[in-house]
Amino acid sequence: MNLLDAVLALPLAGFLLLLALPREREEALRRLALAVALSAFLLSLGLAAGYRTGAAGFQFVTDAAWISQPKIRYHVGLDGLSLWLVLLTTLLTPVGILVSWRAVSRRVKEFYALFLLLEFGLIGVFIALDLVLFYVFWEVSLVPMYFLIGVWGHERRIYAAVKFFLFTMAGSVLMLAGIIYLYTYAGTFDYTELLRLESSGALHFRPTEGWLLFLAFFISFAIKVPLFPLHTWLPDAHVEAPTAGSVMLASVMLKMGCYGLLRFSLPLFPQAARDCAPWIVALAIAGIIYGALVALVQPNMKKLVAYTSVSHLGFVVLGIFTFTPLGLDGAVYQMVNHGISTGALFILVGYLYERRHSLEIADYGGVATPAPNLAAVFMITALASAGLPTLNNFVGEYLVLQGAAQADFRWAALAATGVILAAGYMLWLYQRVFFGAAPADVGRQVYDLGRREWAAMLPLLALMVWLGTATETFLPAIRDTNARILEQTRSNVEVRVELRRPPLEVAR
Amino acid sequence: MTAAGFLPGGVEFLRLLPEILLVLAGTLVMVLEGIGGRRRGPVLARLSLGALAAALAAAFVAHRYGGPAFSGLAASDGFATFFRVVVIAAGGLVALFSGAYLRRESAERGEYYALLLYSVAGQCLMASAAELIVLFIALEISSIASYVLAGYLRSDRRANEAAVKYFLLGSFATAFLLYGVALIYGATGSTRLADIRQALAGPLPPPGALVAAAAALLFVGFAFKVSAAPFQVWAPDVYQGAPAPVAAFLSAGPKAAAFAGLLRVFLTAFEPVSEQWEGIVWTSALATMIIGNFAALLQSNIKRLLAYSSIAHAGYVMVAVAAHSAVGTAAAMFYLAAYVAMNVGAFAVVSYFARRGERYVNVEDLAGLGWRQPAAAALLSLFLLSLIGVPLTGGFFGKFYVFKAALEARLVWLTVLGLLNSAVAAYYYLRIIVVMYMHEPGEAVADLPAPGPALKATLWASALATLALGIFPSRVLEFAASAAALGR
Repeated sequence: MNLLDAVLALPLAGFLLLLALPREREEALRRLALAVALSAFLLSLGLAAGYRTGAAGFQFVTDAAWISQPKIRYHVGLDGLSLWLVLLTTLLTPVGILVSWRAVSRRVKEFYALFLLLEFGLIGVFIALDLVLFYVFWEVSLVPMYFLIGVWGHERRIYAAVKFFLFTMAGSVLMLAGIIYLYTYAGTFDYTELLRLESSGALHFRPTEGWLLFLAFFISFAIKVPLFPLHTWLPDAHVEAPTAGSVMLASVMLKMGCYGLLRFSLPLFPQAARDCAPWIVALAIAGIIYGALVALVQPNMKKLVAYTSVSHLGFVVLGIFTFTPLGLDGAVYQMVNHGISTGALFILVGYLYERRHSLEIADYGGVATPAPNLAAVFMITALASAGLPTLNNFVGEYLVLQGAAQADFRWAALAATGVILAAGYMLWLYQRVFFGAAPADVGRQVYDLGRREWAAMLPLLALMVWLGTATETFLPAIRDTNARILEQTRSNVEVRVELRRPPLEVAR
Repeated sequence: MTAAGFLPGGVEFLRLLPEILLVLAGTLVMVLEGIGGRRRGPVLARLSLGALAAALAAAFVAHRYGGPAFSGLAASDGFATFFRVVVIAAGGLVALFSGAYLRRESAERGEYYALLLYSVAGQCLMASAAELIVLFIALEISSIASYVLAGYLRSDRRANEAAVKYFLLGSFATAFLLYGVALIYGATGSTRLADIRQALAGPLPPPGALVAAAAALLFVGFAFKVSAAPFQVWAPDVYQGAPAPVAAFLSAGPKAAAFAGLLRVFLTAFEPVSEQWEGIVWTSALATMIIGNFAALLQSNIKRLLAYSSIAHAGYVMVAVAAHSAVGTAAAMFYLAAYVAMNVGAFAVVSYFARRGERYVNVEDLAGLGWRQPAAAALLSLFLLSLIGVPLTGGFFGKFYVFKAALEARLVWLTVLGLLNSAVAAYYYLRIIVVMYMHEPGEAVADLPAPGPALKATLWASALATLALGIFPSRVLEFAASAAALGR
């Protein structure tokens, strides 16, 4: 059992431990959940410290037998793509627990138990290197989130929870069909083995088959991202979820889809991915602009933040399907960025809700006066989300746009409107909530940040600056892994071209 | 064959030991019931449970001494062992949690357990029958006992209606089956599965139309018993009307045993003409999944909902039959094992919750159960998630293996449609979870007593089986795979 297994096992152990404890001791339950989440985070820092950039293949690998027939293995490992996503998960879980400390007062035991189960599923998704294992974690993360939304959410929580579950389920059964179909060809579920078979030319699909397999995976990932027009579950789920649920949903769960595109869709089905790229890019750009425009006119804060996710994740998908190193690097960087800054926005909106019990922008105004610290923190976060240089989102969006410009300048020009609109909706939101005339009881209800609230926000603020200025901490591992992914998409295509036609030198 | 060959030897009795034990125990319970009078109920219940446990052990003994028995009329092979274990376990679980229900209805008598034992005996024999007449008799033993069980609460009108419906339609089905047996005997001159196979694969095959008609009639008979479309209409009415533990029993044991018969007959005797029946099974599988799932969406009565769900699950197993391969058979076997565990568990919660006279059987009545009886609700959620097919439960690997077998047989469209069906199914299972956890507690849960020890034991046993099949499926699947090569 190496460090990575320990990081994965800890939340599961915490889940089982919480189930065994009596429900009356709420404070102890909270503390235990926090302790488990923090230790998982500290352990995961060891992953970042021990990760060797430039080393080939996956690191911290465990490959153990699980099911004999067909061979399904417990095969996990890290590379530059999964490393930061795992850290994002382990960081946001304790943050989410801190945020829920007072906000969740009913059914405390179940809440924290499910929260840790969610962390287990999410970490698993990012490290699984066996397709069935990946699917297992993919679905396992679905169940706790369904309960988090449905039990601890707001008024329309049931509708939102069921819609969330069914959308994801409909996509994932197609992926399951794809996984099994792939197996009937390749005879393995192992990701590294599949890559090896493809790059050696032993495994290749007829064009239609490649397309259908690509689509089976792609639809599932696109629902999760969510890519316009499959995004309709997202505003409902985000708005109705409790704060910690929105944070995990926006910051980590949406990354599952992006991660799947990079990890599976591109390397395994490179030809189909390249063929479909223009259409997917069109949808991504449509999502960028559509999400931003809808965010602009939202009267509800949480819904506004939810639609910014549609817009920001459009950038990620755009970056991925440019097939340029810069575009891919920017996409991965933006995945982490979005996790930090949108998570922070949801937390801040949650703080406002705890004070005034409303999510309507119209119910606020002049909040900066009674709560100057809250206003300052919100300002930094809003600017980060809008892509101000020296803060995190700027780096990711810039890289994506640069990559898009290399691929096709029109893509970059259209996508850049999203950045402009982002400044518009964020600043306008800020102005309406924190400045201007205050409704009568705002001064009485709204108070400034407490100690625990600071504790949840400080790491995120620090990361916004760190990610925005010290890019070389994070980028080398990402760059290295993306280069390999791009290499796979190229070589896998070219190997097949060679198979059909001998290279020119030989022909001469 | 020498004269000695006709007389069964000692080891041949061992090969049918589970059936022998069950029939003897059933008779003993009936006799004791007559002697001891009404108050003996709980004692006889314990006796029956002991008999089922002994039969379970006997199934392994029969496996240890595997081989043909009684001049090849029955076979104690891996396939038989697998299904014997499944149906005995199903009967045992049902017997375990029936007591509390029957006491509540003031109806705990020995005859209930005797009928249960006979029915399980019939199902065991169905799994091991290697000849069509024996198969028919086994089916009748199982069925007639279950007709009576369905109407066991004599003063309950719905139970009476259910029993009559079940009896009439079931008799039709067995008549079809018998007609099919007659035709295939006419065509091939034998009722032994191995001989039929030889005749159909031989150089002078019998007239195709006669064989096709026989196969079709046999299929109709089995389709009735497993509640596959278009012969599924009886299931919702019977499950709804029958007492909840009996509904649990009907949805588990008889269905698994009928699939055992179907698999053995079609993959042994009719395998040479598989291209003729593959299309029919394909159509029936798809129709069964669609009818079951979409009708379940509309149900408010939880017993009816589970009835349609059990129809849908018969459809998934049919997909594995349509693959007609050893992999498909193994997948069907695994699926049925997982299905029995999760479905009996779900029905056990229903029987616990329904209260006297089954007052509370609507989905809405479960409101708030999650917070009043957390353990029962959590276990029901586990069973429902398994029925949806969420990973780490037996239901997931069941579906996984079934659709893997189908894709290996290149049934791509059936797979895609089947999987989409299972996404639709998520909706009605989730609705139950929604009500349990996300609605405020209603009057039905207000005075709900905590589950008794027997019910708890049933629930935990089913849950453990569901989880074990979902986390460590290898052993069971390996066994199924080794037993699945029928007639080869």
